[in-house]
Amino acid sequence: MGQINAIELKNITKRFGKITASDRVCMNVRRGEILSVLGENGSGKTTLMNIISGIYFPDEGQIFVNGQEVAIRSPKDAYHLGIGMIHQHFKLIDVLSAAENIVLGLPGKLRLNLQEVAEKINALTAKYGFELDPYQKIYEMSVSQKQTVEIVKMLYRGANILILDEPTAVLTPQEADKLFAVLRNMRDDGRAIIIITHKLQEVMALSDRVTVLRKGKYIGTIPTHEATVELLTEMMVGEKVNLDIERPNPVDPQKRLILRNLTCVNKEGATTLDHVSLEAYSGEILGIAGIAGSGQRELLEAIAGLQPIEEGSIEYIAPDANQALEISAMDAVNIGKLGIRLSFVPEDRLGMGLVGSMDMTDNMMIRSYKKGKFFFVDRKKPKNLAEKVIEELQINTPGVDTPVSRLSGGNVQKVLVGREIASSPTVLMVAYPVRGLDIHSSYTIYHLLNEQKKNGVAVICVGEDLDVLIQLCDRILVLSNGKVSGIVDARQTTKDKIGILMMHTVKENQK
Amino acid sequence: MQKQNHAVYKEPLFRVSKREELSLWRAWLIRICAILISLIVCAAVIYFLTKLNPIQVYEAIFEGALGTEKRTWVTLRDSLILLCIAVAITPAFKMKFWNVGAEGQVLMGGLVTAAIMIYAGDALPSIILFPVMLLASALAGLLWGFMPAVFKAKWNTNETLFTLMLNYVAMQLVSFCIVFWENPAGSNAVGIINSITEAGWFKPLFGLTYGWNVIIVLVITIVMYAYLKYTKQGYEIAVVGESENTARYAGINVKKVIMRTMAISGALCGIAGFILVSGASHTISTNTAGGRGFTAIIVAWLSKLNAFVMVLVSFLLVFMEKGSIQIASQFNLNEYASDVLTGIILFFVLGCEFFIHYRVNKGHRKKEN
Amino acid sequence: MSTVIIFIQKAIAQGIGILFGATGEILTEKSGNLNLGVPGMMYMGGIGGLVSAFLYENYTSTPNGIVAVLFSFACAFLCASLGGFIYSVLTISLRANQNVAGLALTTFGVGLGNFFGGSLSQLAGGVGQISLPVTSAAYTAKIPWLSELGVIGDIFFSYGFLTYLSIILAVFITWFLQKTRKGLNLRAVGESPATADAAGINVTKYKYLSTCIGGGICGLGGLYFVMEYAGGTWTNNGFGDRGWLAIALVIFALWRPINAIWGSILFGGLYILYLYIPGLQRSTQEIFKMLPYVATILVLILTSLRKKKENQPPENLGIPYFREDR
Repeated sequence: MGQINAIELKNITKRFGKITASDRVCMNVRRGEILSVLGENGSGKTTLMNIISGIYFPDEGQIFVNGQEVAIRSPKDAYHLGIGMIHQHFKLIDVLSAAENIVLGLPGKLRLNLQEVAEKINALTAKYGFELDPYQKIYEMSVSQKQTVEIVKMLYRGANILILDEPTAVLTPQEADKLFAVLRNMRDDGRAIIIITHKLQEVMALSDRVTVLRKGKYIGTIPTHEATVELLTEMMVGEKVNLDIERPNPVDPQKRLILRNLTCVNKEGATTLDHVSLEAYSGEILGIAGIAGSGQRELLEAIAGLQPIEEGSIEYIAPDANQALEISAMDAVNIGKLGIRLSFVPEDRLGMGLVGSMDMTDNMMIRSYKKGKFFFVDRKKPKNLAEKVIEELQINTPGVDTPVSRLSGGNVQKVLVGREIASSPTVLMVAYPVRGLDIHSSYTIYHLLNEQKKNGVAVICVGEDLDVLIQLCDRILVLSNGKVSGIVDARQTTKDKIGILMMHTVKENQK
Repeated sequence: MQKQNHAVYKEPLFRVSKREELSLWRAWLIRICAILISLIVCAAVIYFLTKLNPIQVYEAIFEGALGTEKRTWVTLRDSLILLCIAVAITPAFKMKFWNVGAEGQVLMGGLVTAAIMIYAGDALPSIILFPVMLLASALAGLLWGFMPAVFKAKWNTNETLFTLMLNYVAMQLVSFCIVFWENPAGSNAVGIINSITEAGWFKPLFGLTYGWNVIIVLVITIVMYAYLKYTKQGYEIAVVGESENTARYAGINVKKVIMRTMAISGALCGIAGFILVSGASHTISTNTAGGRGFTAIIVAWLSKLNAFVMVLVSFLLVFMEKGSIQIASQFNLNEYASDVLTGIILFFVLGCEFFIHYRVNKGHRKKEN
Repeated sequence: MSTVIIFIQKAIAQGIGILFGATGEILTEKSGNLNLGVPGMMYMGGIGGLVSAFLYENYTSTPNGIVAVLFSFACAFLCASLGGFIYSVLTISLRANQNVAGLALTTFGVGLGNFFGGSLSQLAGGVGQISLPVTSAAYTAKIPWLSELGVIGDIFFSYGFLTYLSIILAVFITWFLQKTRKGLNLRAVGESPATADAAGINVTKYKYLSTCIGGGICGLGGLYFVMEYAGGTWTNNGFGDRGWLAIALVIFALWRPINAIWGSILFGGLYILYLYIPGLQRSTQEIFKMLPYVATILVLILTSLRKKKENQPPENLGIPYFREDR
């Protein structure tokens, strides 16, 4: 049959300053198909999708929708063309209800009849099997509910070309399966669907064809049934890559941290950690899995002394001491004063671990600037450290005086990890250590974690990619709603088992 | 197909993109151009309103600001005070604490200074009187800066609005005191304090009337520069300003830093009030700060919080102000002309920053095939 | 008339100007623009109205009240909108800092008002006050029949049309923000411009329009003071700090114009309360004048303590938006 391309891109180029984020990219999507756009972080996938949805305007190139050349100057144009984008970071307004978010920006009578809108929404959700209360405020919703609002928003607008940016990043495997089923329904309805992803499993499971990008360039498009994981990786990375993550066996593990019934309450009064107990051993990597916002961040911050503790205890056992030290009542500064070397790589690198506008020297001293009694800061040692970290971790930067926000994501993470490792810690906590990094940088980080493990450091690693956690860690603790729903041996477990544990208490609560 | 018609290929008129770092001299070139253009616009406005020759008017401005030695000194004195306030609010701004309450903090400092001059001016020897006035004015400003900081630190109360409101509380306090101090009675003004004994007035230093003003302000400026750049506390301010989360992570007590920094900022504003009363006006009124607390915010911002650029900017603004007062009297214009002209110049200088950080391209497209 | 009724009338007279300012500023702030130029725009509105009425009355042989009102009203609104427009160009198109641009606008607007206001009496051919008998009579005209209804007439119907307009406007803006599509879109722009943009809302247009119209409404506050409160005369710095009081009222009203109605009367009452408490010392009177500011500070503290989501300022207030920022 005569294939009409729902969308076709020809030679799309987009530059940001000196960086070319999209370099003469071509691709097309047909009606009634699911296309995966596969690429590493920084390959220009998101830039390309932002061009299609009118967020960016391309410097060069042409876009055709249903065979007609168009200029998409704003998201409004995109929506008139029937293009709907579901961003990775949801574009929803917290203080408004689901219905208000859904009708946002739509034309119609001046007076807004929310009841009418709610009825239309209910009809849509019933058709596709979503669950959604149109009057619920966004700030009361869970992540997957918010995603539902986003999708319904696009359907409500009659979008027939749907773009989803990393849609499963925040979902449990079970929730992801549900989403896939819905997407297949929509495909069978004749809509064109584009999934942006860097997860190969997702590509294989869902899409009809896959387009691969690398470093802003178009590499190729193949039907999924002809693709293999190895082939796609090679296209994505540009060379053959060994995808196995090394996992040495723990040597002489000793108890380093003992948490008993740790409970934390946030500012709004909600319980973020609910009687969490765990033990961390030297020479092992303890993985922490869970749906986003299940208490991972609070757990690490509580151990690091950055989070007030409501109840419970944290004990630390130094490598050469027999006695446990109670540290739950101390803040980060006091813990440091005792000579306990807890290192912490937080998930928000430039918003917490580093200061983007400062240079490397100033960033090196963030956790150590107080050293010395002098009123003035000593910048000599941090500068030497910065130079050492640049050299040892091969950080690509013009120099120690360059603000770290100018560095690429991978280099930023190396600066942060480098600094935290430099204090030769006994406990190293990392949150989402490879988020946003390309494959090479990711493997460098895995390698660094394993190095620390071999040195007898107790490593605690919060992750979102279960495939990676299962390959990297020794044990995996699963958090659900602030509770420990299970601790499993990573060598024995499967993704599905962990997925069930992730949903564990949620389901209990619903009953 | 109908609804797609309007989206068919059309260029956006302008496209804006972020610039890579612009070289320093080009950035300054843009700023100087902006000032020149603003002066041309001002000239046009002057001509349109008064039909006066703008060149003559600018000559008069120069004459008014720097025409005689006395005028030069007055211009310098007022620039120094503006500089002092701008420097005082710099640490708060660096911390992203929008202290728009400098006006009130200055007034409080001035009020306390005036009180001491009135009640103890003739009783205390100078060697005690001046340190007491300095300390007391600093404390008064500190109190006014500290209050909003406490609430910001503890409950995240919006500091822009809090400090703004405190300005008027301070003004009413001044009005309150004027009732008791008015001289002559019924004038509702304090008049020159200690006009005969000159007790509590700055004495000339090295033969210069405003010698002390110069010394105090310069010391404050240099110390503040060093404080922000080379001390641990200065580093803490920078980290808190960039990201409170990072500060928490770094083990910085964010609340303490906010309160401490605002105490410093308020105290320095108080000292500016001391200099104003003791070293310049020798009286107190609700107009003593005269909007300098607000102008200083503009000075600090335009200078990108760089203490040395502030010297230049505050001089420029006071220069314009003094000059405009001259043209007002010389050409029989209204003295508020200076505010209008200052406003126009500020608009241009504020606007030109955009062209330093962004590049504007006309919509164009190369045909690829 | 009893003192109480006079007090209420005066409180309302004090409050209406602030109410215009607050309503305009709420509309502006709902788009995410924190415009500290309210005092400037009020002066611009006041002087726009005054100068146009002055020109009309002096260059027409038989000035007509209705024409004078329409003409000066339009000029006041446009002149103050111009202030909002300058602010918009600086902060929206050129992305200048909002606080600083607002303060610069205040400097400019207050200067402009005082400059022309002062020059006008010179133009009029001498020292002293100018007067606009026809225009100010039209502005202060009471409702003919209702105003004679005794106490009720005195409290509710003894004002010029601007008073009623201010209340109608506040109610209308509240309805607009809560119940209409465009109002919803505007709120979205102030909460999260990126989201609004992605939903197909023209963020720049909304920001410009709400800031300019908001500015114009602020200017009506100035017009009110010049025409109704001061009876068609100008005193330099005559508005005092009412512009800042309007900003205070925005917070006090929790960004809802409907609250600003009673809030403005309360503020007006607090502002003049000292005149109606017998036996006050002059010094105590000055302390009483502090009350509106202290009340605002208290509200500010209380709302920050309560942390109710719906009572917070628009999420992106004071933050510029640039679609392609990375």
